[in-house]
Order: sequence, then C-alpha cells, then structure tokens
Amino acid sequence: MTPWYQDPVQFIAEWLRGVLLGWGMPPDGVELVLTVLGAGTLALLAMLWVVFLIWYERKLIGRIQDRFGPNRVGPWGIFQPIADMLKIFTKEYITPEGVDRVPYNLAPVLAVASVLLIWAVIPFTMTVMGVNLNVGLVYIIASGGLGVLGIILAGWSSNNKYALLGGFRAVAQLVSYEVPMVVSLLIPVILAGSLGVNDIVMAQRIPYLISAPVAALIFFITSMAETGRSPFDLTEAESEIVAGFNIEYSGLKFGMFYVAEFLHAFTVSLLFATLFLGGWRGPLAEQIPLLGFVYLVVKTFVVYFIVILFRGSLPRFRIDQMMDLNWKLLTPLALVSLIVSALVAKPLEGMPVAQTLALLVSNGIVLILFIEGTGKKVQRRREIVGKPRPLAVPHPEEQQGAQSTGG
Amino acid sequence: MLSEWLYVGVFFLIAMFLPAAAIFIAGILAPKKPNPIKNSTYECGIETVGPSWIQFKAQYYVYTLVFLVFDVEVVLLFPWAVAYHQLPLFAVVEGVIFILILLGGLLYAWRKGALEWL
Repeated sequence: MTPWYQDPVQFIAEWLRGVLLGWGMPPDGVELVLTVLGAGTLALLAMLWVVFLIWYERKLIGRIQDRFGPNRVGPWGIFQPIADMLKIFTKEYITPEGVDRVPYNLAPVLAVASVLLIWAVIPFTMTVMGVNLNVGLVYIIASGGLGVLGIILAGWSSNNKYALLGGFRAVAQLVSYEVPMVVSLLIPVILAGSLGVNDIVMAQRIPYLISAPVAALIFFITSMAETGRSPFDLTEAESEIVAGFNIEYSGLKFGMFYVAEFLHAFTVSLLFATLFLGGWRGPLAEQIPLLGFVYLVVKTFVVYFIVILFRGSLPRFRIDQMMDLNWKLLTPLALVSLIVSALVAKPLEGMPVAQTLALLVSNGIVLILFIEGTGKKVQRRREIVGKPRPLAVPHPEEQQGAQSTGG
Repeated sequence: MLSEWLYVGVFFLIAMFLPAAAIFIAGILAPKKPNPIKNSTYECGIETVGPSWIQFKAQYYVYTLVFLVFDVEVVLLFPWAVAYHQLPLFAVVEGVIFILILLGGLLYAWRKGALEWL
C-alpha cells in the first residue's frame, strides 16, 4: 500500500469504498456512487479550471501585445475572471424573435459538453483517469464531432444571416480539419497497437514526438483549427460576419461558447501532451503516481503556452487559404507519412531504438520533400502575381503619338 | 467493460447538466425586460430583408462530400492500425495499397477542381 500523499485520489476512493461497504450498501451500489462522484468531481473541476485559464490567457496575451493584462482585481489581477463571472451571471438573456428555441438553447450546452467529454478518457496519473476505454481515441474524435453539431445548431437556429454564414464556415473548417487530424492520430495507434489513451501513454517509452514528428505537427495544427481560434478564427471574423455563429447569444449562453473555446484550447494541449509527449510518464512516475500528474501539468502548460503564442502572433487566414492548407498540404502529408511510418516500422519491430531512429529519419525526409514541393509552387505563384499588369501600360502607338506632339 | 460505459454515460449526463444548470441559474438571477426593438434580429442597424435561412454555397457541399469519403476510410483503417503488431508485412502492404487508392481519389478530386474555393 502506497502512502496516501503519493496517490491521494486513489486513497480517497478506497477509503470511501470502505466506508460505504461498512454501511451495508450492495457492492454494485457502491460502484455507482463512486462513479457518479468521480465523474462529477472531474467535470466540475474542469469547468472551474476555465476561470484560471481565462486569467492566464489574458495575462499572456497582454504581455505579447505589450500591455499589462488584468492587474486591478486581486494580486496580478487573478480575481478578474471571478468578477467577470459574477457580472455575466446577472446579464439578461436577449432571445431574438423567430429563433428555433430548442436548438438555440441546446447549442451552448452541447458546445461545452463536447469538450468536457474528452476529459473522461485522459489519464492524469498512472492510476487516476476517468476511464481507460479500449476505443478511447475514437471516443475523443466523436466528442469533437459533437462540438461541430453545437456550432451548426447555434448558427442555424439564430434566425440571422451572419450567424448562418458563420455556422457554414465553422462546419466547412471543422469538418475539413478533422480528416488530417484523424489520419495523423492513426500513427500513434500503429506504434502503440491500441486505441486506449492510457495504453498509448504506457507504450511511450520514447515520446511519440520523436518517432512521429510529422503526425505531431499535423495534430497540433489541426487541433488548433478545431478549437476555432486565431489564426483559424474565420468562424467569428469580426470584420466580415460580426461575431459569427454566436451573434444572437447574450449573457451566460454567450459565455458558454467562450468557456468551451478556452477549455478546448487547454484540452487539445492536454491531448497533445498525452499522445505525443508521453503524458504522465517521467522518472519515478510509476512508483509515485502524484509525480506523474506534475509531469503532465508541466508538459501541458508548455504546449498551451505555444498555442497562446500562436494566437497572439499570427494574423487570420483567408478561407480559401485555409482550405488549401488543409486539403492540398496537410491531408496528403498525413496520408504519405502514415504510409511511410507503416512501412518503415514493420521490418524493425522488436528493435525500439532502431525503429525510432528510422521513423525519425523517414519523417524528416517526407517533411523536407513536402516543404520543397510547396515552396516551389508558392515561388511560381509569386512570379505570376509579380509580373507587371498589362492594363496599366499605355498603348505603344499612343505613347509615340504623345511623344511626337509633345516634342 | 460495462462499468466503463456506465462511467461514460454518467459523465455525459453530468457534462450536459453542468452548463445547463449554470445557464438556468443565470436565467433566474438575470433581469428580464424584453421589448420589440431589443428582440429584433441584429443586422448592421437595418431590418432584415427576406428570410434568414438562405441558400448556401455549393462549395460547402463538395467539401463535405470529400470529407465523407475520408471519414469512412479512416473508420476502416482504425482496426488495421490496432492490429498492426500482429499483422504480417503482406497485410501491412495491403493496408498501404488501400491508402494509396484513396490518395488517388484525393488527387482525382483535386484535378477535377473540387478542392478549389471559388
């Protein structure tokens, strides 16, 4: 039995199970109570965590833009999101005429739920996780699909043209970026031989960032697009379609979309850390589970920092550029890297170091070839665009005539 | 196995309940003063002309169609990926040929101009 401070969650669960069994509850009932308590605690903590995330992100974005960020309420402005929360709780709901009531009210709930659902399968330490589903990754992708549903419901039911346009864009974007994301997720599955998220973490003696760098890159870009934030925030481009799909929402219903967005950005960082950086793995993490949690948090915050840095520094894509990036670069790249990884990894099975090195080299070659190819294409397009335009040049005869009369 | 899905079911209910409860509580706390001007549809200060549920660009439809092909493909590839360690090289190559056919499909859609945003 490990001491309580090494694995507190498991300790509390065991203690509670003992107490409930001692009261004479049937074992099935005890399991149900523990399930409900565990799921409720996890979901509630995830929701409350957003309060911190909002502060962290605003502070960081402020620093990137050479501002202070929130700095009035409490030390370093840390109570600012709590004040915002109190304010938004007392804001009026303005429901415009002609909305489709059921989808209109369901959409913000679905948007948050789709992100929260992912937390159910993430292993936080070796022993503490919601549940180690044997189809974990498929479940994560399915939850992501639910988020698209929330957005299209919001856009469609608002009875507003801007909302509808934003909804269309959102669906085109989210649905398209799901393709390379899912294909790139196949590579960790191939290497680990399982869809269970904890099994993938267990299999990462060497983090998959090293053996599958292309997949990691594609997953990072596509999951940033899935969150719908800058530079992929076409769905809510203020200058074009005002606020996009959430234009007719107000009060906390509007706030829920923002909760979903902030939580989604953190959740994809968590997923990236879990799938490609080894999750809770690290020195001594198997003996002391609590240490694994610390490793996971550190890795997640490194990724989350990069996500925020992207948001703070890149301008918005145009929609055709965004679609080209997805269908003409990321999708072929994902498919080719999947083929290469599958072929390279097979003959070298049983030799983990040689396999990792071979995968790293082959991934590098694929990436360089793709960058070379697209670089040439971009160069050619620049040459075409850069040529002088014929309309601006006066006709040669007129030019001569002008010269003769003038001279 | 069953208890795992029980957990997912319970988690789904809680994940739906939490935001719904928050929205409900805010609805009780918040003032309610609707009036016709406030409740009208927003559109740059003028009134909306015509129905809001407008026709949409056919391009969205084409993209969704291409997406559907790849989504179904991936569903077929997941079992192949899970069984990868048990498969002989021959079966791996078969899977690769399957992906190559789909890559050909992507190139076809590309040449046909289905991936151009007009």
